[in-house]
Amino acid sequence: MANNFARILSGKRNVGIMSLVGAGSLTAAFLLNREHVTAGAQVRRVYPASADYPDLRKHNNCMASHLTPAIYAKLVDKATPNGYTLDQAIQTGVDNPGHPFIKTVGMVAGDEESYEVFADLLDPVIKERHNGYDPQTMTHPTDLDSNKLKSGKFDERYVLSSRVRTGRSIRGLSLPPACTRAERREVEKVVVDALAGLKGDLAGTYYSLTHMTDQEQQQLIDDHFLFDKPVSPLLTCSGMARDWPDARGIWHNNTKTFLIWINEEDHTRVISMEKGGNMKRVFDRFCTGLKEVERLIQEKGWEFMWNERLGYILTCPSNLGTGLRAGVHVNLPKLSKDPRFTKILDNLRLQKRGTGGVDTAAVGSTFDISNLDRLGQSEVQLVQTVVDGVNYLIECEKKLEKGQDIKIPPPVRK
Amino acid sequence: MPFGNTHNVLKLKYASSEEYPDLSQHNNHMAKILTPAIYERLRSKQTPSGFTLDDVIQTGIDNPGHPFIMTVGCVAGDEETYEVFKELLDPIIEDRHGGYKPTDKHKTDLNPDNLKGGDDLDPNYVISSRVRTGRSIRGFCLPPHCSRGERRGVEKMSVEALDSLSGDLKGKYYALKNMTDAEQQQLIDDHFLFDKPVSPLLLASGMARDWPDGRGIWHNDTKTFLVWVNEEDHLRVISMQKGGNMKEVFNRFCTGLTKIETLFKDKGTSFMWNEHLGYVLTCPSNLGTGLRAGVHVKIPNMSKHAKFEEVLKRLRLQKRGTGGVDTAAVGGTFDISNADRLGFSEVELVQMVVDGVKLLVEMEKKLEKGQSIDDLMPAQK
Repeated sequence: MANNFARILSGKRNVGIMSLVGAGSLTAAFLLNREHVTAGAQVRRVYPASADYPDLRKHNNCMASHLTPAIYAKLVDKATPNGYTLDQAIQTGVDNPGHPFIKTVGMVAGDEESYEVFADLLDPVIKERHNGYDPQTMTHPTDLDSNKLKSGKFDERYVLSSRVRTGRSIRGLSLPPACTRAERREVEKVVVDALAGLKGDLAGTYYSLTHMTDQEQQQLIDDHFLFDKPVSPLLTCSGMARDWPDARGIWHNNTKTFLIWINEEDHTRVISMEKGGNMKRVFDRFCTGLKEVERLIQEKGWEFMWNERLGYILTCPSNLGTGLRAGVHVNLPKLSKDPRFTKILDNLRLQKRGTGGVDTAAVGSTFDISNLDRLGQSEVQLVQTVVDGVNYLIECEKKLEKGQDIKIPPPVRK
Repeated sequence: MPFGNTHNVLKLKYASSEEYPDLSQHNNHMAKILTPAIYERLRSKQTPSGFTLDDVIQTGIDNPGHPFIMTVGCVAGDEETYEVFKELLDPIIEDRHGGYKPTDKHKTDLNPDNLKGGDDLDPNYVISSRVRTGRSIRGFCLPPHCSRGERRGVEKMSVEALDSLSGDLKGKYYALKNMTDAEQQQLIDDHFLFDKPVSPLLLASGMARDWPDGRGIWHNDTKTFLVWVNEEDHLRVISMQKGGNMKEVFNRFCTGLTKIETLFKDKGTSFMWNEHLGYVLTCPSNLGTGLRAGVHVKIPNMSKHAKFEEVLKRLRLQKRGTGGVDTAAVGGTFDISNADRLGFSEVELVQMVVDGVKLLVEMEKKLEKGQSIDDLMPAQK
């Protein structure tokens, strides 16, 4: 069986993708442009799109809901300038049909350009996942001015801990599902170099997963900081766990209130946390830290992936926009047993998780409560939503303690 | 990624040393053989279907291995992998297959008449007999690399061929994705059903993509001849039955395989085979015959004997638990099979199993009577 490939060279930058598919032939050639790549890469296409279209009849994820044979046929011959393809982007959704009750996203981005090249699929997926946000017509507000946050100090008889996390990607380097080992190591180097420039209460140390001593490992486990190789097939099927633990690591400041994961599900995950209910201070540190890290990488000529259509670009479409999850561990023994609990959370635009994080169950009556939304609202707006919402939940709990009745609040947004 | 060459051009802008994997904690054949120099020479290459060096070795990078078990640590994505990356694969093959050289020729012998004896293994000890191998269909990429269309093509072609088998080989195909609950339960009860691989050794190579699309099980009506489609290889072919009549098992094995091969030839294709590597399969450990002939045998006394391992080594046999590879033996019943795959013909390997198991049973009987087995110790084969 002969496969013929044509290599086409071009001098233009970011022209886009041209695909030549000879009718009835087994040939596909691509024009791919990028500053550093001088030869066109090829995608091997032996079968017509209809023969390769995945069987999604038993699937329940956002990708499966929107990948029609027509969209598949349109996109399957395309590749990003880095060479990332549609089949790679959707593999996790093909391999993980999903839950009947939980709708997963079912696809990932391999690089920043994935969101452009595969927009015909990603835009409807984003719209479904982010409550109607239309990337073609809307813009996303970014606001990391924590001074705007009102109140934000919770009653510590109920709130045990406060945390804000997000992710950041380094522009110019492929994302975890697609990155090469050299790219991943470059992400590590760029970020660790920048973090070494943090001072004051942000000064800290980096612990590479490869070089960690047993003692360091135990300390990180005790601090609940250590992340391990992903076991969830949702993650492993996308290829993000390749070469583990090469170029993965954890950085945290000396006071253990600002923590960065490197090369786990995203280039970086940035976490500000502390015991107790001072969400204001957590958010202050979060914004200061993020801006400082951004300044430090810019000094070296790097920047974060961001655009006004999608906000901060991350691996999973569910984390676009702010990529922000602000949450508390809060004790709500009476409210959590009230049949109106779920509706109250829905209207407040909050979600509950167990205290082990996503896909875990609550222990006792302590819940992880955080914002549902990521895209379409700014960081300040989302954290305010959590502050206002958690305060409301605590008021409900107090009322129930006194035998008073509670009210389901009106929805905070559509 | 384990499919498509689309990333290889990007990688080349980085120096080889920047891309070279960290194998300092690793103990597998790939990690033993791969050097920065080999990596540099091979990393810009690809097979005609676009399989690259990183595709070959990804499973070995992701699975550092056991201190005691040497895994292979690499896979092939197509037939040409063994040519294009021979600089890496030849030494791995030599290491894994007892010194088999790049210039050696492999003998194929599927004539069951050449097997001496094998119809008289004592059924009081030998509970079941089984021969398995794999086959790849020339012209299609292998499980780590194939597209969904290709995998379905393999399934279609295989089912067409199997559906035309007749006589005691006549049977039925059960696609994994269309199976009814009743069919599934029956296949489990028959110990025929294979499930999605869970071993990270397999998952990291990409062979479980799109599960269960294009996968299925075919077996004959008498449940003695079974074919797995699109699991770790295009086809795994199994002949098995209760008791110790290995000769009958091997007869059926050879007859069935030869018939299937003829059917494929009628369709204008064939199995991947060459005179150096024999039958070409996904894992380099299964090259040559791809054959594992084995029995489940009750040897509680023998298995506790100090010389058990030595005897197995000399007979060129290996032990496994009755759940297959990486399982433990239950109650003194072991799975005993040939250790070799390449460099010996099918007849030679089955002969080793037949002769070797006969001897093990003799030794077991002696130990039962409290006698010594010293005078029965075999020479190194």
